[in-house]
Amino acid sequence: MNPELEGRVFPPTTPYLVGREKVREFARAVFAKSPLNHDAEAAKAAGYADVVAPPTFAVVIQEAGLALLLAAPDTGIDFSRIVHGEQKFRYTRPIVAGDELTAILTVTSIKSLGGNDMITAETAISDAGGNHVVTATSVLVMRGTE
Amino acid sequence: MSDLTVGQELITGNVTLTRFSLVRYAGASGDFNPIHYRDDVAKSVGLPGVLAHGMLTMGLAVQPVIDWMDGRGEVVEYGVRFTRPVVVDGNGGITVSVSAKVGAIEDDVTRIDLTVSAANQTVLGKSQVRVKLHQ
Repeated sequence: MNPELEGRVFPPTTPYLVGREKVREFARAVFAKSPLNHDAEAAKAAGYADVVAPPTFAVVIQEAGLALLLAAPDTGIDFSRIVHGEQKFRYTRPIVAGDELTAILTVTSIKSLGGNDMITAETAISDAGGNHVVTATSVLVMRGTE
Repeated sequence: MSDLTVGQELITGNVTLTRFSLVRYAGASGDFNPIHYRDDVAKSVGLPGVLAHGMLTMGLAVQPVIDWMDGRGEVVEYGVRFTRPVVVDGNGGITVSVSAKVGAIEDDVTRIDLTVSAANQTVLGKSQVRVKLHQ
């Protein structure tokens, strides 16, 4: 893996419009039963603009940032040897339907450990007003070729 | 909610994952890696079988906490390590078990530690949810 990736900031992703039905579909897929995830009226009564996305929904927007990283020609990343090692989300506020979200991915660390390479990618996700919503941090492990 | 104590068990939950669950998650998340639904591809890359998406396990594991909060708070941070793959049998599927207990109380943030296991083995490590509970 190219050590010079460390510190690289990728350009903002194309804005992602969070749809109400997408939130519901994702909620069903992660076995989320809260009315806040499914019922717009319940979400509004609780003070949200629309249905609330489950905490891990941010992975869908993070994915667009990771796609830019994996498509870069000089990373030395072999996708077939990549394993998802760790994942974290730090929220300023929950994602709700109607949000238009943009992701900016930064490679914060590249390490070699026991023949494997580890890359930490931090994806800052903001709304249309430029306000921070969530930062998604992924540690990807590229297994050594032995 | 203010009388929580560190170490207190909050809630447990069980989810049975089948191949249907994996295909549904693939569609919802956009992660169509075939190791999550094709036995032949999983085998060809040396896996013990079709695996659940790590993000599916992570996504379902936090749900008992959401249910426990019942709208009385929000998740401000959630992180896990993917320590062991969840192999999903084509016939019976597999049951993922989650238990949640209070790990720490830090001012207005409560850390909830999850234990997530399948087939009697822990599958997520350092699985922690930080929640802010409404006063």
